[in-house]
Amino acid sequence: MLQLEIVTPEKKIFSDTVSDVYLPGVDGEMGVLELHAALVTALKPGELRYEKDGKVEELAIGSGYAEVTSEKVSVLTDSAFGEDDIDEEVEVAAMQRAEEQLKGVSAADAEEAAHLESVIATNAARLLLKRKSR
Amino acid sequence: MANLRDIRRRIKSVKNTAQITRAMQLVAAAKMKKAQDQALAGREYADQLNQVLVNLKENVDEESHPLLEKREGNKTLTLVISTDKGLCGGLNTNLLKLVRSEDNGNTTYATVGKKLRLQLEKTGEPIKADFVVDDPLAFSEARPIAKFLTDQFLEGDFDKIKVCFTNFVSTISQLPHVSQLLPIDATTLAEKRDYEGVGKDEIQETDHSSALSKDYEFEPSPEVVLDTLLPQYINFQIYQMILEARASEHSARMVSMKSATDNANNMIDDLTLDYNKLRQAAITAELLEITTAMKAME
Repeated sequence: MLQLEIVTPEKKIFSDTVSDVYLPGVDGEMGVLELHAALVTALKPGELRYEKDGKVEELAIGSGYAEVTSEKVSVLTDSAFGEDDIDEEVEVAAMQRAEEQLKGVSAADAEEAAHLESVIATNAARLLLKRKSR
Repeated sequence: MANLRDIRRRIKSVKNTAQITRAMQLVAAAKMKKAQDQALAGREYADQLNQVLVNLKENVDEESHPLLEKREGNKTLTLVISTDKGLCGGLNTNLLKLVRSEDNGNTTYATVGKKLRLQLEKTGEPIKADFVVDDPLAFSEARPIAKFLTDQFLEGDFDKIKVCFTNFVSTISQLPHVSQLLPIDATTLAEKRDYEGVGKDEIQETDHSSALSKDYEFEPSPEVVLDTLLPQYINFQIYQMILEARASEHSARMVSMKSATDNANNMIDDLTLDYNKLRQAAITAELLEITTAMKAME
């Protein structure tokens, strides 16, 4: 069994043992099982899946990091939402707002642009999860 | 002894004061709850992030990133996080004492919060920047502060960046605390984790697990992970420190307003007693006069 912890700046979202975890790594999706080699990876906004007692659960997470050891996976992310916590209209509105802002950002302000792009990608990941389940 | 009307007037004014301090106490209590929850919730993330960084540092070269680079000079930029409003007991005074003791004569300041900015201005300390943040605090507000401090460090204007803030321990205890933000340093990372009230067992446990699996792989590469993780770490540190300061502020205000209300109520009790005594004495004197007059007329 593998200990999975998901933490955001606001609170601890999840802490339990699971049988496997799939993480949205920056270089593509990555599956983690027990006794995985020690690893630190950057995560991009996307879908995190884990299996507990034969049931697969999905969360839409923002960008962040995962620390993997042989018995534990710690996920640090800006946000993590289950399907039920996502409101489609809110996400669409937030995404449009961020896109508007992105157009107004000057090319010199790379950091702000990168921030907004990550906001948009996070919203997109949530929408994808929400729409997939219908 | 004062006359009846004077005492009545004083009771009225003390009552007004008690009403005000009581209202402030209630407001602070409500804000305190929120600020404390926010601060405590952030600690989990801070601890995890620290742990990743500690592990990461063991696996990369000390000088491989500009934010880790130790410099010889002692030019220091200190960010002082104080409150915007007073009436919070000795909070700012205690913090100021710490700030003064940390001053090495080559220190420039940046401030969050009006109270200590005014104090530092009064004594003519150089102040490089002042930031205004909302209450309750949003994570995005920490970014410009972190960016400013990081830029100052990277441009070589300062060799060290420190932060002075009040660490929240409990509702009745807040301790002024100084921590070095830049360059990021493994010993301060471990120290901070200890300070923020994580139990001893837990720290030993993490040390143990990192000893078991020393060699971390990095995806996509240690440099990329460091590049994104370090700025994020600094953002989050600033955010968490302001949250701690806020939780301390509201707790201290709640407690000091509560004692002010209690004092006012004690004063009202004392004054009422005096008032009643005086009134009784006046009635007795009047009765005596009447009886004496009657006796004289017989």
